[in-house]
Amino acid sequence: MTAKKIVVKDYDDIPGTYVFDADRSRQGYHLNMFCMSLMKAENRKAFKADEAKYLDQFPLTPDQREAILKRRYNRMLELGGNIYFTAKLGATDGHPFQHLAALMTGSTQQDYADLMLRGGRPVDGNRSRSGQFEKSKTPGKASKPKAASKGKKRRG
Amino acid sequence: MARIIAGVTSSHVPAIGAAIDNHRTGEPYWQRVFEGFERSKEWIAKAKPDVVIGVYNDHASAFSVEIIPTFALGTAAEFAIADEGWGPRPVPVVKGHPELAAHIAQSVILDEFDLTLCNKMEVDHGLTVPLNLMFGTPKEWPCPVIPLAVNVVQYPPPTGNRCFMLGKAIRKAVESYPEDLKVVVFGTGGMSHQISGQRAGLINSKFDHAFLDNLTKNPKKLTRLSHLELMREAGAEGVEMVMWLIMRGALDDKVDEVYRFYTVPASNTAVGHIILANRVKASRKSAGKKVPAKLKRAAARQKIQRIRG
Ligand SMILES: [Fe+2]
Repeated sequence: MTAKKIVVKDYDDIPGTYVFDADRSRQGYHLNMFCMSLMKAENRKAFKADEAKYLDQFPLTPDQREAILKRRYNRMLELGGNIYFTAKLGATDGHPFQHLAALMTGSTQQDYADLMLRGGRPVDGNRSRSGQFEKSKTPGKASKPKAASKGKKRRG
Repeated sequence: MARIIAGVTSSHVPAIGAAIDNHRTGEPYWQRVFEGFERSKEWIAKAKPDVVIGVYNDHASAFSVEIIPTFALGTAAEFAIADEGWGPRPVPVVKGHPELAAHIAQSVILDEFDLTLCNKMEVDHGLTVPLNLMFGTPKEWPCPVIPLAVNVVQYPPPTGNRCFMLGKAIRKAVESYPEDLKVVVFGTGGMSHQISGQRAGLINSKFDHAFLDNLTKNPKKLTRLSHLELMREAGAEGVEMVMWLIMRGALDDKVDEVYRFYTVPASNTAVGHIILANRVKASRKSAGKKVPAKLKRAAARQKIQRIRG
């Protein structure tokens, strides 16, 4: 057995985020190339006509295939998808981008749009899984993690 | 001699392009965004650049996951508009400046920046939306545009410091080009936003305002921001603000902030827009056509300072 070193990635500490690095790029290569193929009108048509058959052209893992067919956008990111690519799948379905964003955050499109109009998701309470970076960037302001986490809970 | 007269940062949100293409700019939501660029259009009409260098990122249009160039410079005479999934945007084809682009390529590669050169490259909303915001919707873009595509899709993008240094090398290249050309550099994208995962919708206005302040006054500070900090504070996709530092590096250390505009939201992002002008140009302009010896000496002093700094 080869001893595999586990690489610790500092950005994995950012909550609700899948950083698209070289590992994910390799893992999601065919998923992303499938999405890329949707840039052509004739491919979009073929995909819509028979999704499962169209996907047969791409050597996807069963998980990736399922995530695509069920439009599980976070799962696609987890399996190596990149948002600029998966957005093409959303566009093929005729959805505005905010529809996908709402799906990924677990809210309705209207709620998500309202959140943006109110100034977006606050960074306080959303910096890190470990919580260690919470106060570092807002020295002038008393931290209000309660309000932030409340907003987060409501939205996501 | 060619010279860089100013730098502009501009959002490149695709929804802004869609609002233009679908004639929805009059809606209150979009009016708030477009109003912020009215003065900028006036400014650039007066500044009349001969060439724009457009620093932007490709969004899985020209480049898929097959090849991921960190810095790709467009050296073609023309750049077709990409079909991003709903047909190409109805905007004029982007005409390049192949001679200046070739000169820049040669100069910066010999300055140890290993660019990828593209004699064929389709351009997407990342480049065309800022052109719309600054030039409106003309039949032809008013000047040639040299696209410089930066990878911010696959981690890691180039560091802010590397981008800043590339800006300096581009400036050196431009200033060694014999033709008299006024060049404006666009740094596009940003500001804070995250469009992926459960944290999508993140906006950090406080960070954005500080970023804008430092962009004008203390860009060196921004070159020390790590990607981790940028992603944590400004969102996973907010990391694309490193592109602004290429623009900033191409300008003088001390610049005049001509204009600034900030609004939230445009679709999923904070819109940040700033115009920074080199002072040498301002003093030349106020002095009229003839450049007095005093100003020449001042410019020389500035140059020495730059080398020292
Ligand atoms: Fe972008």
